[in-house]
Amino acid sequence: MRRGNLFKLLALIVVVAVLTVLSISPLTNPDPKKGIPLGLDIRGGVNLVLQAEPGPDQAKITKDDMDRAKVIVEKRVNAMGIAEPIIQVDYDKKRLLLDLAGLKDIDEARRLLSTTAKLTFRDPNDETKVVLTGSDLKDARAAQDSRGRYVVDITFNSEGAKKFADITTKNVGKSMAIYLDNTKQTDPVIQEAITNGAAQISGGYKTLAEAAVVANMLRSGALPVSLKIVQERSVGALFGAESLWKSLNAAKWGILFIFIFMLVYYRVPGLVANFSLVVYALIVLWTLWVFKAVLTLPGLAGFILSVGMAVDFNIIIYERLKEELRAGKRIRAAIDAAFNRAFITVIDAHVTTSIAAVTLIFLGTGAIKGFAVTLLIGIISSLFTAITFTRYVLRILAGLRSEQNPKLYGA
Amino acid sequence: MAKNKPESNTPQEKNMPEKRFSWQFPIVKLRYWWFALSLLIIIPGILSLVLHGLNLGIDFTGGSTFDLAFNKKVGQAEISSTLDAIGLTGSRVQIYENGTKAIIRTKDLDVGERDKLIQTLEQKIGTIDRQSIKEDKVGPAIGKELTEMAIYALLIAFAGMVIYLTIRFEFLYGISAIIAILHDVLVTLGIFSIFRWEIDSSFVAAILTVVGYSINDTVVIFDRIRENQEKLRRGDSYEEMVEKSVWQTMARSINTVLTVLITLFAIFLLGGSSTKVFALAMLIGVFSGAYSSVFNASQILVELKNWQERRLKRVKLGSYRA
Repeated sequence: MRRGNLFKLLALIVVVAVLTVLSISPLTNPDPKKGIPLGLDIRGGVNLVLQAEPGPDQAKITKDDMDRAKVIVEKRVNAMGIAEPIIQVDYDKKRLLLDLAGLKDIDEARRLLSTTAKLTFRDPNDETKVVLTGSDLKDARAAQDSRGRYVVDITFNSEGAKKFADITTKNVGKSMAIYLDNTKQTDPVIQEAITNGAAQISGGYKTLAEAAVVANMLRSGALPVSLKIVQERSVGALFGAESLWKSLNAAKWGILFIFIFMLVYYRVPGLVANFSLVVYALIVLWTLWVFKAVLTLPGLAGFILSVGMAVDFNIIIYERLKEELRAGKRIRAAIDAAFNRAFITVIDAHVTTSIAAVTLIFLGTGAIKGFAVTLLIGIISSLFTAITFTRYVLRILAGLRSEQNPKLYGA
Repeated sequence: MAKNKPESNTPQEKNMPEKRFSWQFPIVKLRYWWFALSLLIIIPGILSLVLHGLNLGIDFTGGSTFDLAFNKKVGQAEISSTLDAIGLTGSRVQIYENGTKAIIRTKDLDVGERDKLIQTLEQKIGTIDRQSIKEDKVGPAIGKELTEMAIYALLIAFAGMVIYLTIRFEFLYGISAIIAILHDVLVTLGIFSIFRWEIDSSFVAAILTVVGYSINDTVVIFDRIRENQEKLRRGDSYEEMVEKSVWQTMARSINTVLTVLITLFAIFLLGGSSTKVFALAMLIGVFSGAYSSVFNASQILVELKNWQERRLKRVKLGSYRA
C-alpha cells in the first residue's frame, strides 16, 4: 500500500516534469499557426478600425458595400505583402476591423486604407465631366519614365481602350485631367490619338514606393464607400518585445513569491499547491494553444493574476483541512471532508467571478475581451486542476503513512 | 446541489477554540467603526468624482497618443513648443527613460495631421526609432462606446450576481454583497479621481475584475455564515455566529489576498506601461475588496437581519393587538 503510493507519487512527478519539458517548445513557438498566437501589442503591428462613411450622394451604406470594401481592402493589404491579415466586418456599425502584423511601414498602410482611390479621367472640354473611371482599368504598375520621374503605367481593358481611343482621337492638342478622388494628379496634353489602351499618370510622386501605393490602389479598385480611421493602435516590434519581456519578468517574480509563501505557510500541502500550479499553468497555456486564443499584454496580466487566484482553492481547502485536523479527524478523512465542503464554497465563489468575466467577453472589444477570455479560462482551469490533480496528490500523500504529523499540514 | 444541508463531517463546534488568533478583536461589535472608516474614504472620493470626475484618457475622450523613442535626449519644453508651432496647442508631453522617450497626447489627429506631427518632430527634435513606436488613435465615437460599455457591463454583472446569490443564499445576502462591491468600486473610482490618475480602457477591465474578485471573498465568508446559520439553535445570537464565521475564514481571507496582491505588485512594478493602470486599479480594488468582505459585507448582513427581525416583531405585536 505504502510502496504503491510512493510509486504513484514518483510516477506523477516524473510525468508532470516530462510534460512540462515537452510543452516548452510547442507553447513558445513564435509561429502563430504552431504556437500560441501573440497579440499585436506583443509582436508589433497595427490594429485599425475603419468607419465607412457615405459618399457625396449620401446613399445608405449597404451590407454589399461593406463586403466589397472588405474585398478591396484585402487586395490592397495583400499587395503590401503583409502576412495573414485579419479583416473583419462589423455590419451593425459599418466598420472594418483590421489586424496587421509585422508591418514595416505603418504610414503607407494608413494612406493605403484611408484613400477611396476613385480614378477618373475628365472630359478635356469640361473638367467636371467624367469620361473614364478606374473600373475601365486592366492593370496599373509603378515605373520610371524616360525623364527619370516616378509614374504609374496603366492599361485599359478592351472597352476602356476603345473609349480612350475615341476621346484622344477627338481631342488632340487639348489637355486631359486625371483625378484620384478629388485631387488632380496630372493633366497631360494629348499629343496624338492613343489606340493601344495604355496611358501614364505622372502624379509628381517623390519615390517609386509612393507610385507603387497608387498603382496598388488602382489595381485593387476604388472603395464603394469612403473609409475613415476611427481607431488605430500601432506598436513597433521592439516596443512589443520589450513589453513582453517586462510582463514575463513580472510573472517570474510574482509566481516565485507565491511559491515561497505557500511553502512556508502550508508546508506539505503548500508543496502540493505549487506542484498543482505548474499543472494549472500547463492547462491554461495548452487551452490557449488549442483554441488559438490570441495572447495580448492584458491577457498575460490576466494570466499572472489568475495564478494568484488559482492558489485560492488550495488555501480554502487547506484552511478547512487544518480545522478538520484540529477537530481530531485522521488525515485521510480530514482531506475528504475538507474537499467536499470546500468544493461548495469554491463553486459559489467562482461562479460569481465568472459572471464578471463573461459579461466582459460579451460586451468588451479588443484588449478587454482578450483579458476576459484568459481570466475565464484561468477560472475554469483552476477548478479543474484542484478537483482532479490536487485532490489526487493529497490522497496519495495521505496514503504514504497512515499516521502523519499534522504539523506537516500546517495545523 | 441546492441549499446545503449541514455536513456531518464538519468539525465539532465544541472543539473549536474560542479564539483562533492571539490578536483577535471583535469585528461585528465594532461594525460602526468599520463603516465609518469606509465612509472616510468613500465620501471624499464621491465629492471628488462629482466636482471634477475622473481623469479620462483618450480611450474615453478620443485623441491621439504617441510613445516615441528618440535617438538622443529630448526636452519637454522643446517638444511642447514644436507642437504649439504646428497648431497642436494644449497637447501634453511627458518625458521618461533617461529623457530619450516621450509620450505625447494630442487631440484626435487625422492621417495628414499625424504625418505632419511626426515629420516636424524628426526635423526639429531628432530621429524617431520606428521599431520602438507605440501609437494610439481613438475617435470620439469609439470613446463614447467604451463608456457606455463600461456602465452596461457593470449593471449586468451586478444583476447577475444578485440573482445568483439570491438563488444560492438569500436575497439579503445578495444585497449585502452588492453593497460591499459598490464600496470597492467607489473606493477605486474615488482614489483615482482624487489623485487625478489617468484611466484607460484597461481600467474598465480592472473594475469588473475587482467586482468579480471582491464578491469571491465575500461569498467565501457568506458560505461559512450559511453553514453556521443552519446549526444555530433557539436563543443563539446571530451576531456571535457571524463573528465566529468571519474569524473562521480569516486565515483564508488574508492569505488569498496576499497571493493576489503579490502578483499585482509584480505586474505593477515590473510590467510594461500598458498594464500599469490596470495593476494599480486592481491593487486598490483588491485591497478594498478584502476589507469590505471582512469588515463590511457580513456586518451589513447583520444590520439587515436585525432590521428584518425588528420588523417581524412589530408585525407580530400588531397582530396580537388586533
